[in-house]
Amino acid sequence: MPLDAPLLAFEEPAAKRIEGATGEWEMVIGMEVHAQVASKSKLFSGASTAFGAEPNTNVSLVDAAMPGMLPVINAFCVEQAVRAGLGLRAKINLRSVFDRKNYFYPDLPQGYQISQFKHPIVGEGEVIVDLAPGVARRVGIERIHLEQDAGKSIHDMDPSLSFVDLNRTGVALMEIVSRPHIRGPEEAAEYVRKLRQILRYLGACDGNMQEGSLRADVNVSVCRPGDYERFRETGDFGHLGTRCEIKNMNSMRFIQQAIDFEAKRQIAILEDGGKVDQETRLYDPSKGETRSMRSKEEAHDYRYFPDPDLLPLEFSQDFVDGIAASLPELPDQKKARFVRDYGVTEYDAGVLTAEVESADFFEAVASGRDGKTAANWVINELFGRLNKEGLAVSASPVSAAQLGGVIDLIASGEISGKIAKDLFEILWAEGGIPAEIVEARGMRQVTDTGAIEAAVDEVIAANPEKAAQAREKPSMAGWFVGQVMKATGGKANPQAAGELVKRKLGIE
Amino acid sequence: MTALNRLTLAEARDGLRRKDFTSAEITADCLEAMEGAKALNAVTCPTPEKAMEMAKAADVRLAAGDAPDMCGLPLGIKDLFCTEGVQSQAASNILAGFLPPYESTTTAQLWRDGAVMLGKLNMDEFAMGSSNETSAYGPAISPWRRPGSNAPLTPGGSSGGSAAAVSADLCLAATGTDTGGSIRQPAAFTGIVGVKPTYGRVSRRGIVAFASSLDQAGPMTKTVRDAAIMLRAMAGHDPLDSTSADLPVPDFEAAIGADIRGKVIGLPREYRVEGMPAEIEPLWSKGRAMLEDAGAEVREISLPHTKYALPAYYIIAPAEASSNLARYDGVRYGARAKIRPGEGITALYERTRAEGFGAEVKARLLTGAYVLSAGYYDAYYLRAQKVRALIKRDFEEAFAAGVDAILTPATPSAAFALGEVGADDPVAMYLNDVFTVTVNLAGLPGVSVPAGTDAQGLPLGLQLIGRPWEEADMLSIARAIEERAAFSAKPERWW
Repeated sequence: MPLDAPLLAFEEPAAKRIEGATGEWEMVIGMEVHAQVASKSKLFSGASTAFGAEPNTNVSLVDAAMPGMLPVINAFCVEQAVRAGLGLRAKINLRSVFDRKNYFYPDLPQGYQISQFKHPIVGEGEVIVDLAPGVARRVGIERIHLEQDAGKSIHDMDPSLSFVDLNRTGVALMEIVSRPHIRGPEEAAEYVRKLRQILRYLGACDGNMQEGSLRADVNVSVCRPGDYERFRETGDFGHLGTRCEIKNMNSMRFIQQAIDFEAKRQIAILEDGGKVDQETRLYDPSKGETRSMRSKEEAHDYRYFPDPDLLPLEFSQDFVDGIAASLPELPDQKKARFVRDYGVTEYDAGVLTAEVESADFFEAVASGRDGKTAANWVINELFGRLNKEGLAVSASPVSAAQLGGVIDLIASGEISGKIAKDLFEILWAEGGIPAEIVEARGMRQVTDTGAIEAAVDEVIAANPEKAAQAREKPSMAGWFVGQVMKATGGKANPQAAGELVKRKLGIE
Repeated sequence: MTALNRLTLAEARDGLRRKDFTSAEITADCLEAMEGAKALNAVTCPTPEKAMEMAKAADVRLAAGDAPDMCGLPLGIKDLFCTEGVQSQAASNILAGFLPPYESTTTAQLWRDGAVMLGKLNMDEFAMGSSNETSAYGPAISPWRRPGSNAPLTPGGSSGGSAAAVSADLCLAATGTDTGGSIRQPAAFTGIVGVKPTYGRVSRRGIVAFASSLDQAGPMTKTVRDAAIMLRAMAGHDPLDSTSADLPVPDFEAAIGADIRGKVIGLPREYRVEGMPAEIEPLWSKGRAMLEDAGAEVREISLPHTKYALPAYYIIAPAEASSNLARYDGVRYGARAKIRPGEGITALYERTRAEGFGAEVKARLLTGAYVLSAGYYDAYYLRAQKVRALIKRDFEEAFAAGVDAILTPATPSAAFALGEVGADDPVAMYLNDVFTVTVNLAGLPGVSVPAGTDAQGLPLGLQLIGRPWEEADMLSIARAIEERAAFSAKPERWW
């Protein structure tokens, strides 16, 4: 199983600290991430989940909670939740139960959300959140459960009326609940990024944050240095501060900003001798602050109970094993393998494995070639250019085979690195087969020492003062090589040119 | 020729095949009977044009031969069933004017087989009641009366309109639903047969939900054979109802008349309740004698947790209802209360539900919300579920000990007069379900068979409880009672 493959070693960093008026503080952060299951139809109905449809067009009789309509579980969504659980190295519960969470809201037609309260489909797992090469945070996952999304209430279309769009109503979400193991705003953002990466590798969620496919509720509290360690030893939340939950964030940047603001707000209250109220807050990005949404006292009594319209969700270990066997290689394993098999740095391996598509592209280029060279070309030339142009790897004008061809021409000494860059430009703009372009356009580098020698002689003769200096200071020889390359239109073999320059200058 | 509306399903089926009459003729007689029975208030929405259209289509199909048993047979449909394009209100004001754009699975199966819809029938609001008095349409009235009295009697509830309509021959048969006895109690009160199938036998899709884990639809008919015929058409796996069982549907009618010699019948000693009218005990003994006469072996059994069934039921059913009825909020369909500018969504909810629901429904929704609320869940809902498991186990143990079916009275009394029970003490009304709720809690099949009358000549029923999925066996035993009881009384027409 790919999940058993060895991982890179890492150390957990110290928690980020904030200097307050009365000493240092630390943050303790836990997250609930709502990830939309990448399913074409909803969790309990056949209605489409396509984004951007006309309001109220993706609504079945079940979604609209018409009288007598009943939910029927979407097996594909169950499979995706199991995949996600396996990807987070979590315990898969062969029996889980759907509950009703009862509350009234116009975008909740049933008057209850079907969710999993007491018996979730996935139990304990973990995510390794990469922070720097060799540094990562191990964040425990408490559970993943399946639940229905709500619709959308629109209050700003009319001065006296509210509008409701039920297209999202009943769309399948996985709620991924972490332990409070995240220790700073950057870690929180990196946690979401890693979760998103794993889910995208698995295909369980498209991770599109603009479209709301991934949203996070963040629980933040502050404590004094040492308190968190006591909490970890004892499991007693009494060692931690009172937490506030910041709801519904869909940007890594806002998550960081909100946590930063919230931690400072809490510290200010505590240092003033006040008490943090447990409450739900909203982040306002335009003001850069969080504000209270509702307090613990105002919290709903959701009257959870098992949904009598649905049987307990049961499947066999064979079902789970079948899914496990079909899992792709996941980011941590792939990254470790790239370091091991291709000799690339951990940093580069991280860049290459950010997306499956980029990793696949790299492997196609690196296959049968030098891994480091391949990594350099893929990251610096190709990804750099793609980023600049705002293109995805899948839309790259230069294919892996073409890029591989360029590297092969360098390796065989047929072109120089400089020419290779020109060749890359041609491939980017016009396409074509690298070897044929080199041939057709006379880009092959000059290895004929006679021709290079002539050029060297010419450059030395034209620059007697510099030649004299170089004889004193041999590092100046590089300047002559550059001039030779220029004179030959970059086609001279730089190594041969370098040797000839030194010999002619007599500095060796 | 007698009026065709008086026929049983079996008689009509066979007569149609002999070409003694047409479906259009039976249907016309039923519509005429319905028209003349307004005093019973059994019908909430007659569909005469649709009925005649369906009858004519059935006649064409019958003439072509090879039509299903139910083809051409006119039925009444409880208002709890959603019927496409036909007003379906669950006898509640909150669904005023609701025209479903879909058909319930089980009625769709009846129409697929060629049955004819005469109209929608009265019931307790959202099936919550035992006397039909909670209906937004006002109570249906039993065709039966006490001798020398004009006092209107209840046809029972919640399927009171169905019971009144079948016993007054307004239709050949009707659909009912049973959450705690809502088919069997009205059947017993009006001298007809009512079957509550095993939970999961009949699809719940398209039937307005009361308590999802207890609700089950079934036939209300003039004879046991009719119940067998109609149940077969109503039953079957529905992939759109997750609690529907994927099991083959047997030919229940084939079991009618089967030899029941050697069958073991249990008489649960806990079903003797204090204050039962004097007629009930002898009726039960009579039932015992009839089954012994048919060759069955009758033995006393114990179902020790019976006494906890009613309290558990009145926690579980309201709990589920409080959630199931949350969708009636005035936002998407049905009634919507007027709100003033500046008032918000909460005012809309509160006023819509205050205006739309009747008193009994409100009482149950409040009870349900209470028993599920934080701090009370364990003491009420969770404990009730444990009781439910024990009640189920009682039955499993009885069946494991060799019992084939269990015989009990269907109700603790004959029909009462409207307004006579429950006005000051709702629990008195709830006691009507004392013999029937255990069956719903355990998910078992049950049937009420007319077996005699009380001192005033009002019908009394006996209940048989079968093993899960053994409706056929249960109906064969019910037939033995029906045959020997030879109940033939009919209400004298006064309406």
